[in-house]
Amino acid sequence: MTEPVLEIRHVHKNFGALRASHDINLTLLPGEIHALIGPNGAGKSTLIKQIAGNLRPDAGEIRFLGQDVTELDTVSRARMGLGRSFQISSVIPEFTVLQNVVLALQGAQGTSYHFFRAVLKDRETTAKAREAAERVGLGDRLAVWAQDLSHGERRKLEIAMALALEPKAFLLDEPMAGMGTEGAAEMTRFLDQLRHEAPILLVEHDMDAVFSLADRISVLDYGEIIATGTVEEIRTNPEVRRAYLGEDEEAV
Amino acid sequence: MRRETIINAALAIGLLAIPLWAHVTGEIFTITLSTRVAILALAAVGLNLALGLGGLISFGHAAYFGLGGYAMGILAFHAQNYDPIFTWPFVFAGTKQMLVIWVVALIVSGLAAFVIGMLTLRTSGAYFIMATLAFGQMLYYLFVSWPKYGGEDGMSIYLRNDFPGVNTLDPIQFFLICYVLLMLGIFVSWRIARSPFGLALQASRQNAERVETVGITPFRIRLAAFVISGMITGLAGALMADLNRFVGPTMFSWQTSGEIMILVILGGVARLYGPVAGAALFILLEHWLGGVSDYWLAFVGALLLLVVLFARGGLIGSLAGREVAHD
Ligand SMILES: Nc1ncnc2c1ncn2[C@@H]1O[C@H](COP(=O)(O)OP(=O)(O)OP(=O)(O)O)[C@@H](O)[C@H]1O
Ligand SMILES: [Mg+2]
Repeated sequence: MTEPVLEIRHVHKNFGALRASHDINLTLLPGEIHALIGPNGAGKSTLIKQIAGNLRPDAGEIRFLGQDVTELDTVSRARMGLGRSFQISSVIPEFTVLQNVVLALQGAQGTSYHFFRAVLKDRETTAKAREAAERVGLGDRLAVWAQDLSHGERRKLEIAMALALEPKAFLLDEPMAGMGTEGAAEMTRFLDQLRHEAPILLVEHDMDAVFSLADRISVLDYGEIIATGTVEEIRTNPEVRRAYLGEDEEAV
Repeated sequence: MRRETIINAALAIGLLAIPLWAHVTGEIFTITLSTRVAILALAAVGLNLALGLGGLISFGHAAYFGLGGYAMGILAFHAQNYDPIFTWPFVFAGTKQMLVIWVVALIVSGLAAFVIGMLTLRTSGAYFIMATLAFGQMLYYLFVSWPKYGGEDGMSIYLRNDFPGVNTLDPIQFFLICYVLLMLGIFVSWRIARSPFGLALQASRQNAERVETVGITPFRIRLAAFVISGMITGLAGALMADLNRFVGPTMFSWQTSGEIMILVILGGVARLYGPVAGAALFILLEHWLGGVSDYWLAFVGALLLLVVLFARGGLIGSLAGREVAHD
């Protein structure tokens, strides 16, 4: 069996009396898209935050690239190769698209303590940043301020920033939220390509996208994973249909 | 050319041309005023790095200004008394050499900024403002209660310090020293703003969480910026002490911190020449209105209010418009 890139073992997280994560076990294998679905408030983003290092689990272990990273902070995990996008778009608003991607690049390269070199005059870096922006379809928006981008473009910029890190795994929290049908289809095609670079843990409500992309799906409900399996297994799982897909729905 | 570039050039040339003209016509007082502008602008260039680029609202930059001033005062005091500062583990004598004094001022204020930054940069918002203020006040009281160096009364240095090949007692020559250092300070902050470090610093101001997820630690970036910022303000303190040939604990007072901050805000936060515009405006107002009324600071207060409410970019911002995206 192949070694998982990311492995979550018995992770627990409570907010007061609320069980946001309860005994979560999950793996992300090389080359796969593993979708994490579940109703609003199920604890998807909470799990992503624990994997990325923004939240500390109450118990359990998070392993990345065969190493226990539970005690590491966000910065170290990012430097190990966790590329992340946020549910609520998170970019640097007063930077241009290019500057945002360059920032991600210099984070990956560890060149943030160069005080005297003009960052945007560095051909190699800007070329790489341009390439990442072009890949998500922002090639003609390089000089636009991030705060002036449309919602969908901001989502793409986030992906470009994650891409620039050349990560070993992607954590994408609802990359298609609010993108519209056209945008979602475009993003779906893009993610389909992206999986060849690094496996993706994908939180997404858009079921068309999930069913067409995912190799495996895990369903989260009230902080618990109630099922993990292939698209077909999840579609036909009665518990899943009850909890999430809606019992009365005939054909999903 | 960008409009802001033209304004910056006008400020740089104006600040040089006015004292040179005053030198020709023999108006010593104008040269002294211009020197004050240059020195205060340098202090504000330091703060602008932390405040403008980093969003670090330090209300304690008087600490570095004062330490720079006392670095000069103490070194010169020991030199004029022929009394070494310490003799163990090596003999450290006082000096009247500006170059040495500047290096000491840079080191001392940099170290202080490092320690203060380590302790305060974990906080944010009002806590950070209060914590930096507290450190400034601590140093103020330390020097008030240190009789050896003049205590509350401060101490006078009888002769301006020396610089190789320059007659520092000649007002225009001393002005030129200050002007060159100001330009150096601006050059450094210009380079930093465009560097990878500057990018990380400005990003940390806007969205620290995002910065972390690309593998950069905002705390360390801010600390480095805080140290550089303190050093520049410290150097300005040493120059101010030399201009006045006097150092006193008021250099450490919170009013001084406030004044430096006012310069930055009046001129335009994060604008390269904001400190110069702010310092020039401040000194002009002090000079004109100070003669008319003792309450001139109330006018400055009203002006500050107008800037904060209606012209967030300060003087530079209202003249040059919104900052354009960098090339
Ligand atoms: N920091 C917090 N403190 C307290 N409760 C929290 C915190 N963060 C999340 N929660 C709660 O934990 C539960 C899970 O939230 P989470 O954001 O993980 O859900 P989600 O599955 O991502 O939902 P959505 O699909 O709406 O994004 C919710 O009930 C939420 O209110
Ligand atoms: Mg969520």
